[in-house]
Amino acid sequence: MRVLGLILAGGKSDRLWPLTKVRASAAVPVFGKYRAIDFTLSNMVNSGIRKVGILTQYNPRSLMDHLGAGKEWDLDRKSGGLFILQPYVGPNREVWYRGTADAIFQNMTILRRGEEDHVLIGSGDHIYKMIYRDMFNYHLRKRADITLLVKELDETYNLSEYGIVQLDRDMRVVEIEEKPIRPKGNIAFLGVYFLNKELLKELLYATAPQGRYDLLLDIVIPNLDRLKVYAYRFDGYWRNVKKGIREYYRINMDILKKEVRDELFYKNGKVYTKLKDLPPPKFTSTAVVENSLIADGSIIAGTVRSSVVFRNVRIKVGAIVENSIIMENTVVEEGAVLRNVIVDKNCIVREGRVVEGNGELPVFEKRAVL
Amino acid sequence: MGNVVAMILAGGQGARLGVLTERIAKPAVPFGGKYRLIDFTLSNCVNSGIYRVGVLTQYRPHVLAKHIGIGRPWDLDRKDGGVEILPPYVGRNESDWYKGTANAVYQNLEFLEENDAELVLVLSGDHVYAMNYNDLIDYHLLKGADGTIACMEVPLEEASRFGIIITDVEGRIVDFEEKPLRPRSNLASLGIYVFNYEFLKKVLIEAENDPNSSHDFGKDVIPKILKENKGSLYAYRFDGYWRDVGTLRSYWEANLELVLPVPSFNLYDPNWRFFTHSEEMPPAYVAPEAKTSISLVSEGAEVYGEVFNSVIFQGVRIGRGTVVKNSVIMTRTEIGENSHLENVIVAENVKIGNNVRMGVGEDAENRLDPKIYTGLLTVVGMNSTIPDDVIIGKNCVIGVGVKPKDFKTKKLESGDYVLSGEEW
Repeated sequence: MRVLGLILAGGKSDRLWPLTKVRASAAVPVFGKYRAIDFTLSNMVNSGIRKVGILTQYNPRSLMDHLGAGKEWDLDRKSGGLFILQPYVGPNREVWYRGTADAIFQNMTILRRGEEDHVLIGSGDHIYKMIYRDMFNYHLRKRADITLLVKELDETYNLSEYGIVQLDRDMRVVEIEEKPIRPKGNIAFLGVYFLNKELLKELLYATAPQGRYDLLLDIVIPNLDRLKVYAYRFDGYWRNVKKGIREYYRINMDILKKEVRDELFYKNGKVYTKLKDLPPPKFTSTAVVENSLIADGSIIAGTVRSSVVFRNVRIKVGAIVENSIIMENTVVEEGAVLRNVIVDKNCIVREGRVVEGNGELPVFEKRAVL
Repeated sequence: MGNVVAMILAGGQGARLGVLTERIAKPAVPFGGKYRLIDFTLSNCVNSGIYRVGVLTQYRPHVLAKHIGIGRPWDLDRKDGGVEILPPYVGRNESDWYKGTANAVYQNLEFLEENDAELVLVLSGDHVYAMNYNDLIDYHLLKGADGTIACMEVPLEEASRFGIIITDVEGRIVDFEEKPLRPRSNLASLGIYVFNYEFLKKVLIEAENDPNSSHDFGKDVIPKILKENKGSLYAYRFDGYWRDVGTLRSYWEANLELVLPVPSFNLYDPNWRFFTHSEEMPPAYVAPEAKTSISLVSEGAEVYGEVFNSVIFQGVRIGRGTVVKNSVIMTRTEIGENSHLENVIVAENVKIGNNVRMGVGEDAENRLDPKIYTGLLTVVGMNSTIPDDVIIGKNCVIGVGVKPKDFKTKKLESGDYVLSGEEW
């Protein structure tokens, strides 16, 4: 089966401000060395998808820098490979993407060209590991028009922030409520669509020119009666970084649990990312590190507890970092104390500075001097 | 500056590294948590702007060839130039194994021709150092030399391990002695040469036609040039860090030097980066009950025990209650719980069980090869498995691919060894 992968990575996400001041939510750094998009992109590559289009719009520089020619994902290909699909000025039109469906509609060429029979549409800001092949087989077996990836969410998720689906006994989707105030169930749509390419083209032509631009609201939901939309269940770890700073923080802390690390890092293929060839992390004689993830190039001389430390970070003697996320190239100078904070890239935390996020989560934006 | 082509001699077996080089060539020996020895020379080349590199292989080239690939990690995947692996091949003679370093370059003169070499850098693939070859080349051109040898002052008592250079006041080499019993100077050759191509070609052809030649730069070609006054050779003094980690002790020491607060060899210098074919692994994880200090702990490592004064490579697992001290643990080795490892070098993909003690007890001479296995170090070869509850002394050797059934006893006295029952 030939599948075209499309990743929606254009989101602005005010809820991750200021982490998204300089980058799209798909490019938000996670787990010491990755960016959110690495997960969906690696899932696609690990599932044998050899052609992937990335739909970008909002501040794409860091995303483009990260993806490059797709080399790290083996997507630097003579045929297929990685396509960055940005909005553009055409002879007759000058419009930003007005929604998910519009974004794909404006890039109809990638659907027209190529030998693919099916399209997998995913999102650039979801953190999960999955090989999609069983879902493809399920789609064929069910003779579905569209298959949606769903998951039963437990109480750690705020259900009213997700699309909640109702299924019949055959797993056919009978109803979807987008962000319901009173959710009727706990099965959520995970933003992953699988469908026949020709069908997607038809649906887009039938809706986008009429000013309906959302894939879920304007295409899937109004057609639930007419089309056979099935749900495929995913039972693994799944989180959406875009849901807010608190959720972003929580996801990063989840990786300190062995079962989450085992699932995200070691099951269903590797997670690929842009490599930097930095030397191994170094722990000096004064280092105290407990329950933490420490990325390459970092030198730890202070105390780090229950934290995620990105690449090339310096934690100097006497500094204490607890329950925090410290991104690339940040320097925490002697005697500084950080508790429950998120510090973006290239920051300097000055000597002796104490920042404790009691109950809240202070976020320091890129290049801040604390 | 003319067109520079680097020839990296990477065929060496490195016999004094014992089981570490039983399956791989010395340049492929892992070093410093994620690198292999050849990475340092390759990185020096690209950092010096030299993008035409031949790697001369011979002994067990598979791992080395896989590591280098098309040279992508070093930006040596080039349309023009780049890196090329140059193995020996069958020529007019039935087999043309490289007879020595000079012969290896001689057999690849065609490669140098194709690359329009004007200057040839002859380098070793198994040294740990950071050198800007442009300084060497500038000196060579300034002196108008035919050949220039990089050298370094070493302690006089160690001088007999090296090729020793005697120069005049201008820096011109007047004499060269390979590993002399009574060294007349402490200026040691680093095995790093730059030659004018036409000159090199001439002397290599002469050496090839000389039935008495040993086909080695240090033993034969350099002394001969000087003796017969064939050309002008100069000595370029290098005062940076340089190590030939040729023995287990020096290999172990050079690794452990990296963990010092201010190491003499800086892997973290942003202006002189070392590149490698890294494996894609997540960041290192250190557990709540773990203790880690004075160590490098590479990506993909998960530490639940204690690591002290050690270099831990990528993907290594260290179980609860286990203590690793003064040791080098290579890629993907797994150590169980409540074990104790001290002064050991453990190669890749080794499985060590629970309650294992290694590197303990009195000193005793190794019974397999006391010249190689010395320095109170216990060494474990790649792909071996050490079962639970085994006690292993100092100066011990566990061979490559050793299985639990190869252990006839639960206690190995210092100096003892276990080799694999299977032949390769």
